Amino acid sequence: MITIHDVLAQLLRDVRAEKLRTFLTIFGIVWGTVAISLMLAFGNGLHQHLIVQTAGLGDRIVIAWPGATSIPFQGLGKGRKLRMTDEDVAYIQAQVRELKGICGEYENNLRVEYNAKTISVDTAGVNDVYGSMRNQVPSPGGRFIDALDVRDQRRVAFLGDKLAADIFGTIDPVGKTILVNQSPFLVIGVLKKKAQDSNYNGPDNQKMFIPVTTYRALTGEKYIDDLIFQPPSAADTKKTIDAVRTALAHKLRFDPSDKEALAAWDTTDQFKFFDNFMLAFNTFLGIIGVLTLIVGGIGVSNIMNVVVEERTREIGIKMALGAKQRWILMQFLVETMLVTAIGGAFGFAISIGICSIFPKAAEEFVGHPEVSPAVALLTAAALGLVGLIAGYFPARDAARLDPVVAMKL
Amino acid sequence: MNRNGSIIHMSGIRKVYDTGKVKVEALKGVDLEIRKGEMVAIVGPSGSGKSTLMNLLGCLDTPTAGSYELGGDDVAGVTRDELAEIRNRRVGFVFQNFNLLPHISSQENVEMPMLFGGVPVRERRERARDLLTKVGLGDRVDHKPTELSGGQMQRVAIARALAMDPAIILADEPTGNLDTSSGSDIMSIFNELWKQGRTLVIITHDPALAKRASRVVEIRDGVVMNDHMN
Repeated sequence: MITIHDVLAQLLRDVRAEKLRTFLTIFGIVWGTVAISLMLAFGNGLHQHLIVQTAGLGDRIVIAWPGATSIPFQGLGKGRKLRMTDEDVAYIQAQVRELKGICGEYENNLRVEYNAKTISVDTAGVNDVYGSMRNQVPSPGGRFIDALDVRDQRRVAFLGDKLAADIFGTIDPVGKTILVNQSPFLVIGVLKKKAQDSNYNGPDNQKMFIPVTTYRALTGEKYIDDLIFQPPSAADTKKTIDAVRTALAHKLRFDPSDKEALAAWDTTDQFKFFDNFMLAFNTFLGIIGVLTLIVGGIGVSNIMNVVVEERTREIGIKMALGAKQRWILMQFLVETMLVTAIGGAFGFAISIGICSIFPKAAEEFVGHPEVSPAVALLTAAALGLVGLIAGYFPARDAARLDPVVAMKL
Repeated sequence: MNRNGSIIHMSGIRKVYDTGKVKVEALKGVDLEIRKGEMVAIVGPSGSGKSTLMNLLGCLDTPTAGSYELGGDDVAGVTRDELAEIRNRRVGFVFQNFNLLPHISSQENVEMPMLFGGVPVRERRERARDLLTKVGLGDRVDHKPTELSGGQMQRVAIARALAMDPAIILADEPTGNLDTSSGSDIMSIFNELWKQGRTLVIITHDPALAKRASRVVEIRDGVVMNDHMN
C-alpha cells in the first residue's frame, strides 16, 4: 500500500526540487492573504474608530427617564410620579431579551477631596456595560469599571479627562487615592479625550463614574435617575423602546402607551448617515477585495498551470513506472493544500506583523487595525481552491495521456 | 507464463495513429513470440514501427487490433490502472533518453517503481542500494541525474528497471545517446543479465548490439520481415 508517508516524502522531494515554482505559488497566496487581511483590518479599524469618534454620547443608545403618568390606569389617577429601582431594571432586562445592554444610572453631586483641593463633582453610579454603551474609552494605562468592581462593591473611580486635569494637573491620576464623601476611592482610569456634541447632566469629561453598588452604599440612594439601553440595531429602536416601556408598565402599573411615564431620547437618529456611509465604505472594500482575489487567483492558477505543463513529462515517467492515475492526482491535491496552508499562514503572520508595527500615532486618525483569522483563512482557502481547480484539470489530462505521449511532451 | 514457456505472445497486432486527417498504420499485423531467457534485438530503419512495437510490448500504449499476452495474461481491454500495475510488476524499462526524474537522487529514482508497487520503505531502500551497487554505482546513490554521466544515468535506469524484478526488460535504443565506451559497458550489463536468465528485448539499430543478442527480429514497414537466431 502507498502510505501517507510516501505521499508526503515524495511531495517534499518535489517541493525541494522546484524551489522557484513552489516559492512563486506560495508567494501568490501570501500576497493575496496579506492584501485582503490588511485591507479588512484597516477598514474595520477605521470603522470602529469612527464609531468612537462619532458616538461621543454613546453607540446607538436610548436614554430614558421615569416621569409621571399622564393616562389613568386601572383605577390609578394620572400625574402619579414613577420611581425606578435596580429591581425594575433587572425586570426589563429579563423581559426584553434582545437588548444588547442596559444600565440604570444614579446621579448626584458628591464631594471629592484630593490634597488640599475640595470640589463638588457630578458623579454617576453605573455598571460595567455602561462603559461600552456610552463610549467611555479609557486613556492608556487605565480602565473603566468592570463586573468585579460592581460585584464586590469596590471603591474605585473613573474620571472625566477635564475633571482629572482639574484635580491632578499634570500628575497621572491612575493609582492615586481620592476622598469621595470622606471615603477613600482608588482612581482606576481617566477618560480618553473624546468628541461629545450632546449630553444630559453635563459632558462626560467633567464627570466621575463609580460602581453602581458602591454608589448606593455610599449615598443610600434607592431610585435611579435614568436608564440607558442599547437596541439590537438602529433600525429596531422604536420597537425596542416600546418593548421596554411595556415591560416597565407591567411592573409599575401604568398604561403601556403612556409616553410621559417613561420619556425616551433616541440617539440613534444621528447614526443613519453614518450607517449609510459605512455601508458604502464596506461595499467599496468588498469590491476591492473581490478584485484582489480575482487577480491573485489568476496568478496562482497560472503558476499551477505552468507547473502541470512542466510536469507532464514527469507524470509520464511515473506512469510508465507503474503510478496509477489517483496517485498522480493525490500528490497534486496534497501539494496544493500544503502550499495553500503555508501561504495562508505566512500571509496571516505578515499581516499581524504589519499591524503590530503600525505606528500608534497614526491610530489616532485611522483607528487600530486588527487582522481577522477567519478572513485570512477564507482568503487563503479561496486562492487555494482557485489554484486547485486551475491545476486539477491539466493534471488529470496529463494523467489520462498514454505514458508514452506524456513522456515525449 | 503460458504453455510453451513464452513470456510474450503477440498475434495480428495492428496500430493505427489517427492524427485527424491522416491515418498512419504503424504496425500492420505483427506476430511475435518471445520465450523466457531470450535476448531479442528488434532492428529496423527509423519509421519501421519498432518504437511503436516497443511501446505496445511495454503496455505504454494499446494496440488498435490484435491480441497480446504478457506473462500469460491477456493485456487487451484492461483498464489504465491495471496497465499501470502490469508495467510496474512485469516490465522494466530502459529508455534511450534515460527518463530519470531530474530532481531526485539515483537512490530515489531506483526506489520509484517500488514506491508504486507498495514495497515497504526499508526494503525499498536496501534493494535500491543493492541494485545500484550491482551496476557499479554504489558510490553514486545520493547523486542526482544531472551530476552523472550518460553511461551512469543509463546504469541508474537499468537498476530502476530491475527494481520490481520484472519478467522482462525492455530497452529502447539504450546506447543511442551514449559514446562507444559507455555503450559497450551497458551492453556488457545486458549480457550479464541475460546470462543470469533474464529475458531482454532491445530495440536498436546498432549492429554491434544486435550481434550480441540471441535472436534478431527485423521490422520493416510495420511487419516482421526477418526473425533469426544468432
